[in-house]
Order: sequence, then structure tokens, then C-alpha cells
Amino acid sequence: MGINSDGGDTASITPNIASGRISAQQESDNFADLHPLLTPFQASVEADRCYFCYDAPCMQACPTGIDVALFIRQISTGNTTGAAATILHENIMGGMCARVCPTETLCEQVCVRNDKEGEPVQIGRLQRYATDHLMASGKKVFERPDDSGKTVAVIGGGPAGLSCAHGLARRGHNVTILEAREKPGGLNEYGIATYKTVDNFAQREVDYILDIGGIEIQTGQRLGQDFTLDDVRAKYDAVFLAIGMGGVNALGLAGEDADGVEDAVDYIAELRQAEDRRQLKVGQRVLVIGGGMTAVDIAVQSKLLGAEEVTMVYRRGQQQMNASTYEQELAQTRGVNIRTWAAPQDLQMTDGKLTGMTFARTRLDNDGRLVVTKDTFSLPADVVFKAIGQKLVSEPLTGGASAVALEGGRISVDPERRTSLADVWAGGDCVVNGEDLTVAAVEDGKVAARSIDTFLQQGA
Amino acid sequence: MADLRADFLGIKSPNPFWLASAPPTDREVNVTRAFKAGWGGVVWKTLGLDPHVVNINGPRYGAIHGSDRSLAGFNNIELISDRPLGINLQEIKAVKQAWPDRAVVVSLMVPCDEASWQGILPLVEATGADGVELNFGCPHGMSERGMGSAVGQVPEYIEMVARWCKKHTRMPVIVKLTPNITDVRFPARAAKAGAADAVSLINTINSIVGVDLDQMAPMPTTDGKGSHGGYCGPAVKPIAMNMVAEIARDPETHGLPISGIGGISQWRDAVEFMTLGAGNVQVCTAAMVYGFKIVEELVDGMKTWMDDKGYERIDQFVGAAVPNISDWQHLNLNYVVKAKINQDLCIKCGRCHIACEDTSHQAITHTVNGERRFEVMDDECVGCNLCAITCPVEGCITLEQMTAGVDPRTKLPISGTYANWTTHPNNPQAVPVE
Ligand SMILES: Cc1cc2nc3c(=O)[nH]c(=O)nc-3n(C[C@H](O)[C@H](O)[C@H](O)COP(=O)(O)OP(=O)(O)OC[C@H]3O[C@@H](n4cnc5c(N)ncnc54)[C@H](O)[C@@H]3O)c2cc1C
Ligand SMILES: Cc1cc2nc3c(=O)[nH]c(=O)nc-3n(C[C@H](O)[C@H](O)[C@H](O)COP(=O)(O)O)c2cc1C
Ligand code: SF4
Repeated sequence: MGINSDGGDTASITPNIASGRISAQQESDNFADLHPLLTPFQASVEADRCYFCYDAPCMQACPTGIDVALFIRQISTGNTTGAAATILHENIMGGMCARVCPTETLCEQVCVRNDKEGEPVQIGRLQRYATDHLMASGKKVFERPDDSGKTVAVIGGGPAGLSCAHGLARRGHNVTILEAREKPGGLNEYGIATYKTVDNFAQREVDYILDIGGIEIQTGQRLGQDFTLDDVRAKYDAVFLAIGMGGVNALGLAGEDADGVEDAVDYIAELRQAEDRRQLKVGQRVLVIGGGMTAVDIAVQSKLLGAEEVTMVYRRGQQQMNASTYEQELAQTRGVNIRTWAAPQDLQMTDGKLTGMTFARTRLDNDGRLVVTKDTFSLPADVVFKAIGQKLVSEPLTGGASAVALEGGRISVDPERRTSLADVWAGGDCVVNGEDLTVAAVEDGKVAARSIDTFLQQGA
Repeated sequence: MADLRADFLGIKSPNPFWLASAPPTDREVNVTRAFKAGWGGVVWKTLGLDPHVVNINGPRYGAIHGSDRSLAGFNNIELISDRPLGINLQEIKAVKQAWPDRAVVVSLMVPCDEASWQGILPLVEATGADGVELNFGCPHGMSERGMGSAVGQVPEYIEMVARWCKKHTRMPVIVKLTPNITDVRFPARAAKAGAADAVSLINTINSIVGVDLDQMAPMPTTDGKGSHGGYCGPAVKPIAMNMVAEIARDPETHGLPISGIGGISQWRDAVEFMTLGAGNVQVCTAAMVYGFKIVEELVDGMKTWMDDKGYERIDQFVGAAVPNISDWQHLNLNYVVKAKINQDLCIKCGRCHIACEDTSHQAITHTVNGERRFEVMDDECVGCNLCAITCPVEGCITLEQMTAGVDPRTKLPISGTYANWTTHPNNPQAVPVE
């Protein structure tokens, strides 16, 4: 211990965690909009690049099946309102998705413009152009029909829950969203990187969605604590579960509860809710364990908050990271180091405080399996962020008389997002095959709303 | 919510967008697909007498492309329907039965004798079609045989054939006009004199879209030769709109229903045609280039615009711009504008300067106080609009009206009164003002 192949003797490090590492000006620059709204001229030039393809690949690649070619043509004919309506009809969170979707692996990846020019049409930014324009205009796209008299409980007010609630409200049903947190929006409000959703967009979008009427939100209502699945099944005609993944995977190392070892998602939630981000405590040397979107987000935002050295450590190579190449480049251009083929071994402590971490080098064996070698190295750290994935907190779903079937730790659903219980649907991160993307959660909610509507009508 | 339903000559359609008589409306499969996509109506591809015509087997289309391959103009040397009359009639009947809420009008072109027209009209009537459109417009091929534009270029023939048709059918008769004439009002007046219910325009314009410089032959080229074709698509829209407007404001034809055609590619084009007096519109090239799906954009765009403007029905804006179409001589000579360059938007490309310097009125600086800077000199600016059109930045150069003071160019005071050429002292034919 303490003998390192690189990184020095971690035991001699004095932990350095402090707030106020950046100036007010740096704070506002660092957390500014990553991809600002296109100007009308930019939008017009970009929209003109769309070929209006037949059976457009982008539309196929969009998990919510937005008619991309049509909405872009509408933008180019000056019908921005109609463009937004086209988007929202398939994806009620078109505004958020325009900001957070990894378009480089979805619609824009398959744009036929890539073939000869290597530059796709900037679909995400055009989508934002249309939806921002609509929200600013205050125009309504949906009218709520007559009250159906049916009631549905939606548990969890994140993207999946809100999408389902809107899909039901739009068909005349009455929805109650039971949300554990103080604010609705789920990870849109508490998780997404700050610079992707500035100006309180998450709440503004929630307000826009709720504007249809027929949706009541009760916050501070946690399934398993404030009510049970039995309760809601007895009270409502149908239930949609959209509780995301509340738990965080542990590293399984001694000292995980020590000062300086943090859950990335918790810290991000704090960051997203901070009145003054400069008051947040930031390590001088930060290690991030993981290779997904959350890892990139915490690494980049730590850097933006003034951490001097930020290193993401991932146990496989860059190609295997869940974070897209675009996200990885974002991290690297913001000064984040990426170290690959290294698995966490030990946390180093001094007086109960974190000082560094030891990793073992990894490689693939001939069968492609990951092998952890005996070759280790240590890195100094004031803070280690765990970002190796989240998991479903399943107790409230399996405890009572109403138990839903799980599969691999997540809720098992059919293509219509029905669970094993006839009156219970589920979607978003909490279900099997959840892609852990906002857009996939929105699609789940949309599909479930359709199925629930059919169910409610048959029951009538 | 805006109501897009249209009633043209009593022919009802859920929206004012019809497909023009052309390949998109050539057969039942196409038309069925079009109706599924949402088109309000079709004018079936022109029918002739048997034996049916034959098309060339070489390329029949040509085009003018922009540098990004977007299509500016389209050209064709196709003839009328090259299928037997009986098959077309059968399919028309089937389509009309399957789609009773859509407009199905049948385009006809038969030799210029009464018997031919008298013969075909009852056959069309029997299909249940909503009306007929007389194709007096095709400028190539058929015109060599004394049909199409060969008829449309002679007002007396138009009147005569229209009258025959009105005599031999109860269906509404639309006369489709050729733009290959000097003054479109004469054929329109003739159609009206022949008791036609409406005119539609324009058909295609005589054109050669390009020359193959290796073969030294017009394009599209068939075995080393090419013939002129008919031009359509976005490029012809201004020509078509002027012709529609001419008919709409001509006292002799004012009020005659018009179906507007020519270069309509998006909702705004359609609205513009309609404000100039068209009761509905027909589309060909845009559908041929992008497919039937564009109707979704047309319908939604018009609807959104109507909602924004507070129009509930289309007849509320049909013809709305007609009262404002004027002759040059009646334009107000006391209306003075000056170009203004927004320096915050200016990217300093200098194109406004050189355009004005070389070809207009030398009214824009290139250097101010030793700096590259473009400013309008009001004492030279005639307000011609060239700089604003040339400027690559939309909205950077605007034309601002002078409402008071003295025009620094003419040294004349800005007057709030209206005065036009008819009373101007320089006009030898001026009528003195009372
Ligand atoms: C840090 C981070 C960054 C991300 N960045 C992106 C990105 O850039 N792009 C992208 O597409 N995706 C991103 N994702 C993934 C995306 O946020 C999720 O896939 C999406 O939010 C899932 O939606 P959901 O509705 O299923 O769950 P959530 O958004 O997690 O919402 C679940 C809701 O249920 C509530 N809840 C939980 N338990 C209970 C309970 N027991 N009772 C009542 N309510 C409960 C929660 O408070 C929450 O409001 C990111 C995720 C994280 C963690
Ligand atoms: C390939 C082609 C074939 C056409 N055939 C006919 C025809 O058979 N009868 C007719 O009346 N007009 C015919 N037209 C003219 C169109 O109906 C229409 O008047 C013209 O193309 C202008 O409209 P657009 O600019 O929308 O294409 C044809 C046009 C094209 C491009
Ligand atoms: S469009 Fe169809 S018919 Fe025409 S050349 Fe191409 S493949 Fe042949």
C-alpha cells in the first residue's frame, strides 16, 4: 500500500474540499446554455438542408417516432407553430428531448446528409427552435375532450409519468401524479446536466404539459412510505408506475460511507437545486468512477465548478463507454482526463477522510471477458464520485398483496407496457429494456397511455 | 379552428388543395394514395380519344437545379394520358365511388370538332366525376396536332369549345389556360363568353431547360434531338400569379372563379394565389418532387396561418389582395422611402455598396472615417430596394418611409398627399388637377 506505479504517495495528501472555487462571472459562463437557441436565419438555413426523405431514417431512429421531415419542412415554410405541434403529437417532451437526447446516436446519426457531407441536419437544435417558439407564444396544441370519468394514478412525476399523464388527460381521463420529491420533472429537474437545460426549463415544460388540465400532482408522496400499491389500485381505475431508479450501485469497497465518497446523482441533484452554485463544496482532485452519461455529467460539472483535476476512470475502453463519443469529447474539451481499463480496488483514508484510490489495470482475455490484473496504480483524490449505474428500489412493488413481476431487477412489461397486474402499467427507467434515456421514458408513457385508454374504454 | 373546406363551382373538397392534371393523377393507384395522404381533390390526367397517344421512351423531364440540388424549375415533354380511354373511365368511377368527399375533375383534350366533345362528355358524366377541365394548355406535342395550346392561343376556339361543352354536359366546365400568349385576359374573356364556369391557370410555359453541349442538343435529349417542353415548378409562380391577378381584376372577368396553378410548393404559395383571386389551387411539380405527403404541410400551414390571422373560412381571404393590385400609373409618387443599413446586423460584405455603385445610384459608402463601413447617403438613394435584395443578411437593410421633412435627394418637401403619374407635370398626357 502506498507504493504507486504513478500518482505519488496518496497518504501524504491533505484533503482539499472547498466552496467558492470560481468567480460569479465564471459561474455564469460555465453553466450557460450548451447549444443556444438558433436564430431564425440559422434555423432557416439548417431546415433547408433537410431532403424530406421518404420514410425518413431519422424518424425511424427517434424512439418516439417524431415526423422529423415534416416538422423541418414546416419550419422552412415559416410554420413554426405547426412544426412544434408535429413534434409534440409524438413527444410531449419534445422541448427537453431537443436539449438532452444524444442525437449523435439517434436521429442525427442516420441522417442521409452524413453520407456525402459528414454533417447531419441539426435535428435536435431545429426541434428546440420549434418547441421553444411554441412555448414562448403560449399557444396550446392540445384540447382536452369531455371528462371520461375515469381515474388513473401515475406514480412518479418524471418524463415517463408526465408523458403518460398527458396522454391520458388528452383522452379525457383524470390523472393524479403521486411524486415523492418536492418538485415534479424527475431527472429533468434533478439529474440532467445544468448546461443542457438552463433557465428553469424543466419546470416551465412541466407547466406547459399540465396546462392541458385534468392532471393533479401531489408531491411528497412516496410509494412504500406514504401509500402502497394496494391503496392506489383500490382507489383508481388504473395505475402507471414510473418511479425511475432511486438506488445507486455501490462500489463494494470498504470506506464507501466515508467523507469524500459521494453518489454522483445525489450531488448532481444538489447542484441542480442550488440557489448559488458557488456555495457547493468542490474537491481539488476529483475521481469519477463510471463511463456513462452520469459520469460525464459529474466530471464536467465538477470541472466547471472549479475542480483542478478531474479524472474519469472506467474499467473498459472508450469504445465500450455508455457515454457517446460526443459526450466523451465534451468531457475532454472541458479538461476532464479519461482513464480506461482500470477497476476500483481500494479507497485510501486518513483520519476517516478520503485521500485517494487504488485501481487495478484490466484487459480482455481471449474470450473477450474482462480480466482484472494484479498491476495496480493509485490516484490522489479529495472526492470520489460513484457513477456506475442506478437500480430500481423494488421493495414497494413486491412487498404487499399487489406484487408486480420483476426481471433482472426491473419491472417486467409487455410491448404495451403492461405489468403482470391487469390494471398496472409501467415505463421509463424502472422497466426492463429501459434505455435510460429521457426520450425512451417519454415513449413508454405515450404507449402506456394508449393501452390504458383502451383498457378504460373496454371497462366502460 | 380554421375550416379549410372548399366549395369550387359547387364541387366540395375537405381542403382547397387539388392535384393538377399530370402524372400524379394518371391512374387509380396514384389518386388513391393521394387521397389517403390528404389531398382535397384531383384533376385526372388529361384524357383523349382512342387510340391513345404514345409517349417517347427517352427522358421526358428536365430541370433547373440550385447548387444544393433543390429544384427551381421543371420541364416536361410528356403527352396526355397514354392509356385507353375505357380503363381511365373505369378507374375514375371507382375512385369517385370510394372517395365521395373528394373532388374528382376530369381533364379532356379531344380534336376541335363538336362531335368529339359531344361524344366524350357523356362518358365522363357516367363516371360520377364532379366536373371537367378543358386542357387548352399543353404547349408541346399535342399542340402540333391542333390541340392543347393550339386551341388555347385562339380565343374564338376557346369560346366555341366551351360553348359546345356547356351544351353537352350538366357538369361544371373549367377551362385550363395556356400562359403561352401575350395577354391572358383575352382567353379568359373568351372562356367566360363561352359560358365556362371557371378558368384554371397556368399550364406549362414553352421552354428549353438546357443544352447538352456535347450532343449540341436541347435537354432532355432523345437520340441526339430534343424538343421544347413545358416549364413549371417554383420558377413559374410569379408568372402564374400575375396572370391570375390580371383575370381577377379585369372588369370583364372579375368574379369568374379561378383555380390557381403554377409553382405552388408550400402553404404560403397557395395563400398568395388565393388572395389574388383563386378559389382553390392545384399542385403538380411539388408533389412530383417530394411525394404526396407535402399536403400535410400545405394543410397545416394554411390552417395555422388562418388561426393566427383570425380567418375561419377560406372565402374570407380569397381575393383579399385584388383591390390592391394597381396599374403603375396609379402608384403614389409622393411616397418616399430610403434604405437604412442596420450597422449591428451588417457583416460588411460590401455587396450593397457595389450593387448600388455599379448599377444603381451610387448611394452607399464603402469607407467612413477610414474604416470599412457601409452607410446609405439619403441625398442619393432613390429607395429602389436593390441593396436590400442583395444583402445576405435578412432584415439588415430595410426601406424606411419618410413621413416628414424634405427629401434630401429631390429637395422636395415630403407631402402627405397622394399624387400619381396621371397628374404629373412631366407627363405629356397629364390631366390637370382640379
Ligand atoms: C445524471 C444523469 C444525466 C442524464 N442525462 C441524460 C441526458 O443527457 N439525456 C438523456 O436522454 N437521458 C439522460 N439521463 C437519463 C434520463 O434522465 C432518464 O432516463 C429519465 O429521466 C427516465 O425517466 P423516468 O420518468 O423513468 O424516471 P425519473 O426521471 O427518474 O423520474 C422518476 C420519478 O419518480 C419519482 N419517484 C421515485 N420513487 C418514487 C416512489 N417510491 N414514489 C413516488 N415517486 C417516486 C422520482 O422522484 C422521480 O420524480 C440522465 C440520467 C442521469 C442520472
Ligand atoms: C409531367 C407533367 C405532365 C403534365 N401533364 C398535363 C396534362 O396532361 N394535362 C394538363 O392539363 N396539364 C398537364 N401538366 C401541367 C400541370 O397540370 C400544371 O398546370 C403545371 O405543371 C403547373 O403547375 P406546377 O408548377 O405545380 O407543376 C403537366 C405537367 C407536368 C410537369
Ligand atoms: S422515376 Fe421511375 S419510371 Fe421514371 S426513370 Fe426513375 S425508375 Fe424509371
